[in-house]
Amino acid sequence: MTENVYVYITIMAAVTYAIRVLPLTLIRKPIKNRFIQSFLYYVPYVTLAVMTFPAILYATQIPISGALALILGVLVAWLGFDLFKVAIICCATVLIVEFFGSII
Amino acid sequence: MMKNTNQSKENSTVFRQGLKDGIPIGLGYLAVSFSLGIAAKSAGLTPIQGFVVSLLCMASAGEYVGFLSIAAGAAYIEIAIATLIANARYLLMSTAMSQRMDSKLSIKHRILMAFGITDELFGIAIARPGHLNPYYSYGAFITSAFPWALGTSLGIIAGNMLPIRLVSAFSVALYGMFLAVIIPPAKKDKIIAGLIIICFATSYAATLLPILKDMTDGTRTIILTVVIASLAAILFPRETAGEETQEENT
Repeated sequence: MTENVYVYITIMAAVTYAIRVLPLTLIRKPIKNRFIQSFLYYVPYVTLAVMTFPAILYATQIPISGALALILGVLVAWLGFDLFKVAIICCATVLIVEFFGSII
Repeated sequence: MMKNTNQSKENSTVFRQGLKDGIPIGLGYLAVSFSLGIAAKSAGLTPIQGFVVSLLCMASAGEYVGFLSIAAGAAYIEIAIATLIANARYLLMSTAMSQRMDSKLSIKHRILMAFGITDELFGIAIARPGHLNPYYSYGAFITSAFPWALGTSLGIIAGNMLPIRLVSAFSVALYGMFLAVIIPPAKKDKIIAGLIIICFATSYAATLLPILKDMTDGTRTIILTVVIASLAAILFPRETAGEETQEENT
């Protein structure tokens, strides 16, 4: 690998900061273009959904614990639990499933 | 003179309020960034590098994609595009914030405030009435950004000292956080609910299809995001321009 980790870090920081600072300093009026607005609206949901599945199945030692964490995570998020609680419930699900999985 | 004294007193009250409101967010961040640290560890980052990245970027999905790209030895342009896509929602939040600022607010404050735009910090800032006070954002940033950065370092340090079962459990915290961001809006909006199901199915299919399956996770995420979000924007354009970005978060 010839790429340098500090260059990677600089690119990540620069791109992330540019996204945050440019609208705040430059845009004084709402974006009028309907397609761009709609696209920006959908992007977070699409990108997070794509990154979550099927990756959650491969993050754990056995796919079934990841699958159950996904199902329970969706359920408690649907019920309105906050970010921290949803994350903890997903972790606990994996811990419990893999613990029982190992003694059976 | 009198006005200035009142203003600075109010700023310091608001700053302390921000510090306080950032604490619960910081605690949540600590747990989630620990699992981000595990990803950073597999990308070969040291605890100090992880701390610096997290303090500078402060983005779960964005950093995660970055670490995956580093681990895969991606090209610089690839990591730049991946970071851009994963963080594109901050463009929307920053735009929404720009609408709620005092037009006389100096560029210096705007430049500093930009560092602290995350889903949660944006949420608590925009929920306050009136113009956004930069001192509130500074307070909330301090108590949430340091746990975030610290958690990343701890994940890198302790990730390989923990029993594998605990690492396995922690590694899903990040996905839990993603679910907490995408599921509540899906409850209110059937289009988003349908979109999430389509994303899950497409994303799974993409790991099996020729060409797509040989790409890195980061590249695949970019392509799927651009294609699916564009189609959604064409098929289901949002109703009124301008208003909704603010309304959905109040």
